[in-house]
Amino acid sequence: MAFVLVTGLGAVAATWASAGSARAALLGEAQQRLTGELTARIAAVAAQVSFPPDQGVLERLRAAVGDNTVVSFVDQRAGAGAERAAEALRGGVRERNRLVWQRVDMDGPRLLIGTPVMITGVDGRRMPSGIEVYAVRDLAGTQAQLDELTMAAARTSAIALPLAVLVALLAAGGVLRPVRRVRDTARRLAAGDLDARLPVRGKDELAELAGTVNEMAGSLQHTVAELRRLEADARRFVADVSHELRTPLSTLAAVSEILQGSSAELGPAERESAELAVAATQRLVRLVEELMEVSRFDAGMAQLRVEPVEVGGAIRDCLRARGWLDRVRTELPEPVPARLDRRRLDVILANLVGNALRHGGPPVTVTLRAEAERIEIEVTDRGPGLPESVLPHVFDRFYKADAARSGAEGSGLGLAIARANARLHGGELTAANRQGGGACFRLVLPREAT
Amino acid sequence: MAAILLIEDDPLVRRGLQLALTRHGHEVRTAEDGETGLRELAGAPPDIVVLDVMLPGIDGFEVCRRIRDSGAVPVIMLTARSDDFDVVHGLAAGADDYVIKPAQPTVLDARIRAVLRRVGVEPDGVLGSGELVINPVAATVSLAGAPVALTPTEFRLLLTLARAPGRVFSRQQLLELVWEHDYLGDSRLVDNCVQRLRAKIEDSARVPEHVQTVRGFGYRFGPG
Repeated sequence: MAFVLVTGLGAVAATWASAGSARAALLGEAQQRLTGELTARIAAVAAQVSFPPDQGVLERLRAAVGDNTVVSFVDQRAGAGAERAAEALRGGVRERNRLVWQRVDMDGPRLLIGTPVMITGVDGRRMPSGIEVYAVRDLAGTQAQLDELTMAAARTSAIALPLAVLVALLAAGGVLRPVRRVRDTARRLAAGDLDARLPVRGKDELAELAGTVNEMAGSLQHTVAELRRLEADARRFVADVSHELRTPLSTLAAVSEILQGSSAELGPAERESAELAVAATQRLVRLVEELMEVSRFDAGMAQLRVEPVEVGGAIRDCLRARGWLDRVRTELPEPVPARLDRRRLDVILANLVGNALRHGGPPVTVTLRAEAERIEIEVTDRGPGLPESVLPHVFDRFYKADAARSGAEGSGLGLAIARANARLHGGELTAANRQGGGACFRLVLPREAT
Repeated sequence: MAAILLIEDDPLVRRGLQLALTRHGHEVRTAEDGETGLRELAGAPPDIVVLDVMLPGIDGFEVCRRIRDSGAVPVIMLTARSDDFDVVHGLAAGADDYVIKPAQPTVLDARIRAVLRRVGVEPDGVLGSGELVINPVAATVSLAGAPVALTPTEFRLLLTLARAPGRVFSRQQLLELVWEHDYLGDSRLVDNCVQRLRAKIEDSARVPEHVQTVRGFGYRFGPG
């Protein structure tokens, strides 16, 4: 659009510029002709002028120059119809001692001319005689010509403008449309559509640009495909390993219980070995479960199964199921209905409360607050809290804060999974330290998860 | 305590679970694939089948369907938890419950006992609605005089709902009452069981007459 506008303006400007210069030339020529005629007539009479001139001389001079002329000498004057010219030009004529002119609009276009009459002195020098001639000449003829010229320019513009716009549109089609295609293709590439390509037509710069963009897209696609393949391989490897581990773990889990049950019949060293084997097996079972959960999140396979949940009740169920009811203080307003994935809520809560009980100090408190659109659950303890350097990393996988927090239990994946579960709901899980000591984990979930 | 048929292809897992369940007081027979399992089942029906999903030959889902077709032996599926797919399909195939691998024998034992308890018969009067007649003493159900074969879980679900006609039960309540899971319930367990039950006792599963869905909450017994 801008392109068309510029082209149109260009065409009009060109027409008017040429009309303008033609007009200037015409006017110049008319002035030349009129002033030339005037000086010629003055020159023809000037030789016979006696000095100082009397009224008769002035009258003669005026008659020779023509109508609409005033001839003046000091305070004598002859003629009429050019008083305005005399008034306007007198200063210029006396100051510069040569012919001056001025174009004015005075009942139509007029040319005012004023000139001193020069005489040649005895020493041969030309000097002003003191006689001044002022004349008014009509430029109407020239003006008519000029009007015609303007009309012609307008006509030309009227014809040229649509043509220019047409040409502009064609040019825009030829230049702008390919550029726009390049832009659209770049946008599609940026949006992840790596199959986006440009048609390459002709052999001009635009075709070259299209070719380069296509090459870039091709190499981008190749690289991304390679990265995706590697990532998928890595993910599949984790999933496969976890899956494969599960079969021997099933056996281990089955027989470790037997070991545990029969430890009474063993000697102290054997009993300790059995207990270690049982504890390690249980930890391994959890680790594999959590690894599989993580690989499910990574693969985007984790699905939310939303159902109506009374949140306070769900929190109590979670604590009761794990035998934590008498170790944890709760502040639960009731009822707080919400639509959430009950199992995932339980996973998050169990992780947070479990951590607080293991690593934090009593009392551990679970606080539920309900707002119109969301619920907020805070799990706090009065332990040493989290070191500031650890805070940004608590949700990292396998991040072991320090010896104190990397107990034998826990895989290092629990908090990462808890946060992933919160985000799957469209919520968030954050960690902070409380004033006066202790850690505070804050879970915010929408009341209506989708 | 119970006669268990364990169908599991991995010999180590099979032996491990057999040892552990035996220690919990059960009498455990094993089968290494689906065909062998179904033959064992036909020979001397166990009280309950513990069934692995991934089996050579016919897979666990198919074995479960065939067990369902042949009678009312309860089935617990051992599934790989990674695949929600397994859980859904296992339940849809008619499993009474599922246990996630690697299974803690204590958990497996608790689930087995819970499923078996559901077979228990209680001295209530005969219940009914329309042409549907439920006899809690004989643990039988008939529709317009014709007997309907329900699994123990389906029977217990129907009984639980029918004892309080008109009362709405949430999925969680049904889980606690029927499956005896006190937490972490899986509402799919309830939904799938209701679907199978409707297929057996309703003329049209889309316009149910006996088991009604209460949107956003749960189920109730009685005409809509």
